[in-house]
Amino acid sequence: MDRARCANLVRDGLWDKNVVFSQLLAMCPTLAVTTSATNGLGMGLSTTAVLVLSNVLVSMIRKLVSPEVRIPIYVVLIATLVTLVDLSLNAWLHELYKVLGLFIALIVVNCAILGRAESFASQNTVAESAIDGLAMGLGFTASLVIIGGVRELVGGGTLFSGAHLLLGEPFRALEMTILPGYRGFLIAILPAGGFLVVGLLLAAKTQWERSRAERAARVDAVTA
Amino acid sequence: MSALDAIRARLLWQAGSLAVVAAVATAALLGASHATQADIEAAAARDLAESLAQVLPTGFANNDLLKDVVTVPGADGKPLTVWRARKDGKIVGVIYRVSGTGYAGAIRLVMAVDPDGRVLGVRVVEHHETPGLGDKIERSRTDWIEGFNGHSLGDPGVDRWAVKKDGGIYDQFTGATITPRGVVKAVRSGLELFAHERGHLISDEG
Repeated sequence: MDRARCANLVRDGLWDKNVVFSQLLAMCPTLAVTTSATNGLGMGLSTTAVLVLSNVLVSMIRKLVSPEVRIPIYVVLIATLVTLVDLSLNAWLHELYKVLGLFIALIVVNCAILGRAESFASQNTVAESAIDGLAMGLGFTASLVIIGGVRELVGGGTLFSGAHLLLGEPFRALEMTILPGYRGFLIAILPAGGFLVVGLLLAAKTQWERSRAERAARVDAVTA
Repeated sequence: MSALDAIRARLLWQAGSLAVVAAVATAALLGASHATQADIEAAAARDLAESLAQVLPTGFANNDLLKDVVTVPGADGKPLTVWRARKDGKIVGVIYRVSGTGYAGAIRLVMAVDPDGRVLGVRVVEHHETPGLGDKIERSRTDWIEGFNGHSLGDPGVDRWAVKKDGGIYDQFTGATITPRGVVKAVRSGLELFAHERGHLISDEG
């Protein structure tokens, strides 16, 4: 795999084919957990781990799987993987499990994982699939942290509250009160606020891309 | 490649591959469940011990709480597990779970009471209250829940066991009255249960 291909995969995952803001996949976990930036980070990182593993596994067996039975096979693989991660975290990394436990069960309903298995890992090499899983996962994580950050800031005036529970004591410094004394615009934390924030961010991304394309077209017209 | 294509098109291969994947997945899950079971149970016991220790002042008891258990009929008719804290063999407090109704469903609490019926500590174990409003009952957010410490059924009097809006002594939160009201009611009912079962709870014959 050459460097350009690799860069392309990363760019797709982070921006061009971003799970949340371009593919509009995984809306269920996205809306459910993004009440704070910390929650978004926890969900994003757990999903990334499962996504890389499932992409690698699916890619390894891609030549053996008949197209007719591929979906049930992927579903069984992903559900097994999530359960294995859930059990081992609970047993051996219990402190982390107490924070992430809620998110891990939700990963099963993340259609982005089945989506990447179906549309990418089943047709590409193991190395490419691993990079794709990592890039898509990090893009998902970034989206969740941004949505969670906006909701948390508008809803409570803080950022990354509770980060030390997820990342450990050294990260307590991340916890910021941006607007001291702010009473909070509660709707941002409620479910309706999730839809509003995702919608507004999506509109902003689309608008930014459109104006950039128009600018590029004008430059082309001038130079031509 | 074409040979593989031909095999993949065979019905027997498709059914067989699905069966193999299901069998491998089942075996992996069985193995993992077996390998993790003991550690998961140990972790759950540690969690329980930690949550029980939270409602007791530091150094208050020195027995293994999980091993000193009695069961009494609870407020809902179901048996209620009570853990007993001892200092040098003498019962210094009992710990049990109570639950109340908040704004969005049940609020589960664990509380400790000393032999004279005074609250030693209360903690919220589980709730579904509105983030930013009702979640101030969590100890990690505010120290409101510490306000019960030292109180008993006679202090404050029965009609003062309520939030300020209802004529009681406990603060409500701006924008959330139902949540603290539910917690106050649950703690009061926990004390009533203690008063009712006291003889059984703090005697060693039980």
